[in-house]
Amino acid sequence: MAVLNILNAVNHTLDYEMEKNKNVIVYGEDVGLEGGVFRATTGLQKKYGRDRCFDTPLAEAGIVGTAIGMAINGLVPVVEIQFSGFVLPALNQIIAHAARMRNRSRGKYNLPMVIRMPYGGGIRALEHHSESLEAVFGHIPGLKTVIPSTPYDTKGLLLSAIREPDPVIFLEPKQIYRAFKQEVPEGDYSIPIGKAKVIKEGKDVTVVAYGALIHEVQKAVKELENEGISVELIDLRTISPIDRDTIIKSVQKTGRFVVVHEAVKSFSVSSELISIVNEGAFLYLEAPPTRVTGFDIIVPLPKGENHFIIDSKRIFNKIKEVVSF
Amino acid sequence: MLTDKYNPLENTMLCILDKDGKIIDEELLPKIEDKKMLEIYKVMLLTRIADTKALQYQRQGRMLTYAPNKGQEAAQLGSVAAVEERDWLVPAFREMGAWLYKGVPLEQIYLYWYGNEMGSKFPENVKMLPISVPIASQLSHGVGIAMASNIKGEEEVTLAYVGDGGTSQGEFHEAMNFAAVYNVPLVVVIQNNQYAISVPREIQTKSRTLAEKAVAYGIPGIQVDGNDVLAVYAAVKEAVDRARGGGGPTLIEAVTYRLGPHTTSDDPTIYREDKEVEEWTQKDPLIRFKKYLIDKKLWSEEKDIKQREEFENLANETFKKVETSGEVPLEDIFKYHYEEMPKNLIEQYEEYKEYMKKGGI
Ligand SMILES: Cc1ncc(C[n+]2csc(CCOP(=O)(O)OP(=O)(O)O)c2C)c(N)n1
Repeated sequence: MAVLNILNAVNHTLDYEMEKNKNVIVYGEDVGLEGGVFRATTGLQKKYGRDRCFDTPLAEAGIVGTAIGMAINGLVPVVEIQFSGFVLPALNQIIAHAARMRNRSRGKYNLPMVIRMPYGGGIRALEHHSESLEAVFGHIPGLKTVIPSTPYDTKGLLLSAIREPDPVIFLEPKQIYRAFKQEVPEGDYSIPIGKAKVIKEGKDVTVVAYGALIHEVQKAVKELENEGISVELIDLRTISPIDRDTIIKSVQKTGRFVVVHEAVKSFSVSSELISIVNEGAFLYLEAPPTRVTGFDIIVPLPKGENHFIIDSKRIFNKIKEVVSF
Repeated sequence: MLTDKYNPLENTMLCILDKDGKIIDEELLPKIEDKKMLEIYKVMLLTRIADTKALQYQRQGRMLTYAPNKGQEAAQLGSVAAVEERDWLVPAFREMGAWLYKGVPLEQIYLYWYGNEMGSKFPENVKMLPISVPIASQLSHGVGIAMASNIKGEEEVTLAYVGDGGTSQGEFHEAMNFAAVYNVPLVVVIQNNQYAISVPREIQTKSRTLAEKAVAYGIPGIQVDGNDVLAVYAAVKEAVDRARGGGGPTLIEAVTYRLGPHTTSDDPTIYREDKEVEEWTQKDPLIRFKKYLIDKKLWSEEKDIKQREEFENLANETFKKVETSGEVPLEDIFKYHYEEMPKNLIEQYEEYKEYMKKGGI
């Protein structure tokens, strides 16, 4: 067992899989010599050489496009986009090609590749450094999108992502990169993509969250428990393909549903989840399914960002409202 | 034409002042009035001081992430001084000196790095776009502005900035190609400060110079000593005059060096040697120009000391003002997305206001 934070867990997992599988190649802006602006790839170039871990020119479309080519030609690229806000030049490659190559070639070319990127707000950063774009990726057929919330899950999910035969968008909640440590097994284990995790069972209300906000939700849940409200808390873990079964089963039990995410409200993961609940558990509902989300605005610069970031109080209020409906 | 004499394919670089502030070739000396020369120097000095202060405020936890300019003042001032009030400026994000000269108040620059969007709303008469963080994406805006100048028949020129790293983006190529195809009045200045965060220029391109990329676009290009304010001015002025006269765009590579960290979150010791920094410190653009001005009897060490003090006070007072008045009113994070706030946004705003009124409980 090693005691790691999320960032260490990313580093450890890349190291682990590069050691095991010489086809795994890690690259992106500043990932080689410097080890990434967050240091997620520290030490990998030194250990595996410049052929397997390297810096690229500053060009996200080039990074993802070449990863597609490598994957076609037998390698397993795990590329880093420095911040999810900078993936935009690469969307053409991701949406027009990465997501489609298998279908286009009728299964001849599949793409075992991972695109890692730190995402989300709360780090008092400049413009384009705080985005939550999971719904954008979730919307695209052919992509899988994963978000861990703990060091343990980070390793398990990242190993699955690297071994997955199809492209995976791996979104890392940078706000909690270094927030806490956890025991992470040094050996092999994986967490299946497409499977949510019931963090805590409960009977009054189902609450779904993911990424950094899981921890704010947990604070709210603790207080609710003190007031005698029993919350079933689910960490979604995979945005797409979404785990309908776990959600529906839970809501059939609790009859109430709240989803919490930092991304903007409209056309979001919560829109999808509430539809799933309506489709699969409508007759069990005792209150309208609802959500706590970011406002439909551009993430403000730090002086206004505190209003955008969701705190446990707002989550607490919403859950209480639903339970006393 | 300087762009003929310093053909980028021949790997030549335009220098006018040597590192001791002596003129290398009198013939190359651009015509700049003494008053303007002093103005350029003063803004270089203000930039250096405001920049150093910003770094200090950041280290004290009073300012956010900040991208320092130290060492790049000549590349910025030499270029911006060659355009006029009627001309447009399209920034990347590391050209504080150019913004100040163009008329952006220091208070706004500080406000931006303090984390308030109002720092991007420049005075009406300042024809400059806000900072563009997505690398190289601003260049096509500059091209579009210049296309519009042509279409409308305005005699205005656009000056756009990008870094050495930015030249790797596909959008750099698209913008340069459009600029050339439509023969627009645009001058693109690459501040080649040798690094894109930790990545050295050699990893960005196999070209010997960034200036030689101009050749492939079919436009004039030139490499200049970016720590020599007179060389930068001479090259940009020629390009601006050409552009205004209908001669189309120019690509200028200003060879300089970022003496500070990439941003306040960066640790440059990981990727570069102290020795290298020391070598470039010897080529400090500010000192070089000061020596020249003192030699010309336009300036003196005494004046310099006084001016520094004045600017230090100005920076401190300005930042204090930002700290006392730089908060963002809640309404501001909602109201600037559309001309009129749509209903969903009004609802979200009202609900949150209600929540805040109850003390955020
Ligand atoms: C599209 C995009 N990708 C990545 C980044 C993160 N980033 C910010 S500055 C920078 C390096 C820029 O280098 P250069 O263009 O040489 O300008 P400099 O920082 O040296 O002034 C990077 C990679 C970004 N802002 N935009």
